[in-house]
Amino acid sequence: MTANRGWVWMYGVTGEPPGAFADGVAGVGGVPPRTITAAGLTAVVGDVGDREYGEAALRRNLEDLDWLARTARAHHAILEAAAERGPVVPMRLATLFTSDAGVTGTLRDRADDFRKALSLIGARSEWGVKAYAVKPADPAGAPGRPAAGPDGQATGPGAAYLQRRRAQLTASKDASSEAMASARTVYAELSRFAVSSRLYPPQAPDLAGQQAPMVLNAAYLVADERADAFAAAVADLTARHRFVRLTLTGPWPAYSFVGEDDGPGPR
Amino acid sequence: MTESGYDPVIRGERIALVDLLDRVLAGGVVITGDITLSIAEVDLVTVSLRALVTSVSALMDDIHDSREYS
Repeated sequence: MTANRGWVWMYGVTGEPPGAFADGVAGVGGVPPRTITAAGLTAVVGDVGDREYGEAALRRNLEDLDWLARTARAHHAILEAAAERGPVVPMRLATLFTSDAGVTGTLRDRADDFRKALSLIGARSEWGVKAYAVKPADPAGAPGRPAAGPDGQATGPGAAYLQRRRAQLTASKDASSEAMASARTVYAELSRFAVSSRLYPPQAPDLAGQQAPMVLNAAYLVADERADAFAAAVADLTARHRFVRLTLTGPWPAYSFVGEDDGPGPR
Repeated sequence: MTESGYDPVIRGERIALVDLLDRVLAGGVVITGDITLSIAEVDLVTVSLRALVTSVSALMDDIHDSREYS
């Protein structure tokens, strides 16, 4: 199958074989996925070449943002296609074996862990919730809210300016602590709908493409029958907390809830 | 939807790369493959990416793409 020296890229593990992937579904390196079955489990894998995915090449390529983006999206596309058919335990990006035997061995050695993970994520999905602190000046965040401090006490333009400036600073500080408090409330309230939750570090504003600072970057594992209630709770919390703006992403394959080293709750 | 700041991402739409990288680099099962990124290496990758990001337009384009869909 593999020309010259190749590697087996492992996407994830399912219980039942996920069935044939749709024609034209290409994974990492543009190669369609295939499956390897052992110990009653199925690994979804793909064949990739040494020139791009060998150890040295991989180290170099992972530093190349375009390459990383392409590869991460391809990895995700296959996992998402598999997740449509049933639970799939995602592997971390760039898990590679020299041959099918390595994959088979891993399925056998880790069969209990994989089965445990599959039963945790079955009929459940991962959802992402991020909160951004909304600037007090932003009318969307604080509609019609007067600046802090009583009006009408100024005795001159200078004093009025200082008073206004002080009020702005106070409002800004208040908004920031309000946003943090809201983030904590949001995180806790949404946890009530979830089987498990995990906190990621907030994304840097540059990276997130947002001016507003991120104050919450959370992932939740939610039973599929509660997904609508979860989304409604996000919408409700958005309406009730003026100092944060919430975004909901998902459903994701359960990336955040299959690592044995990441227990439930904040890290 | 944008007024409330509630932007659900429907399956199949283009997702933000940064959200995906959070998950594929820090989530998923870590097994001892013949090559597996160790946690430390991932941190290094992530750190250098965060340094890189301002000089690379691809990611921002990517994010803007995802905006238009949401």
